[in-house]
Amino acid sequence: MDGFGSDFSVGGSSSGKVDTGAIMEQVKVQIAVANAQELLQRMTDKCFRKCIGKPGGSLDNSEQKCVAMCMDRYMDAWNIVSRAYNSRLQRERAKM
Amino acid sequence: MSDFDSNLDLAGTGASPAEAAELQRMLAVEQQKAQFTAQVHNFMDVCWDKCIDRPGNKLDSRTESCLVSCVDRFIDTTLSITNRFAQIVQKGAH
Repeated sequence: MDGFGSDFSVGGSSSGKVDTGAIMEQVKVQIAVANAQELLQRMTDKCFRKCIGKPGGSLDNSEQKCVAMCMDRYMDAWNIVSRAYNSRLQRERAKM
Repeated sequence: MSDFDSNLDLAGTGASPAEAAELQRMLAVEQQKAQFTAQVHNFMDVCWDKCIDRPGNKLDSRTESCLVSCVDRFIDTTLSITNRFAQIVQKGAH
């Protein structure tokens, strides 16, 4: 989230009034970019560990296949974990 | 980014108090979503290693239930440790 505040002024429209919608749009875009970067970085870390045992002269065919599969499974798992966490939060809230 | 809504300064932007409040409210919603996402990333760090052996063509049902249990047991552990730690601190204070 670096530079979060740097573009903030763009949200103000030319009339001198703040455009709340435009600000929120920017915030959402920046968060989406940060989320994508985080996912990419973590996925690379996990899949490198799983798929590249001993780094050789190049990424061989089986390693590339493994990486592709690993990415798909990582995103599947992400969705399952996200749903599980969400339903746990709802259960905890119901208890209160 | 835990306090990015609290130090939001709208002075000089021409924002009315109502607009500022609305913006704060929407930012708080986004902040909560971001916290949720960050927590999911944390769970993934732990549960991926625990539950996935070799990535296959699809996640089988055993792996799926392992992931769900992993999240729930991690939260249970967090609660249990927090409670026990609070007890220890309380005892130590007297």
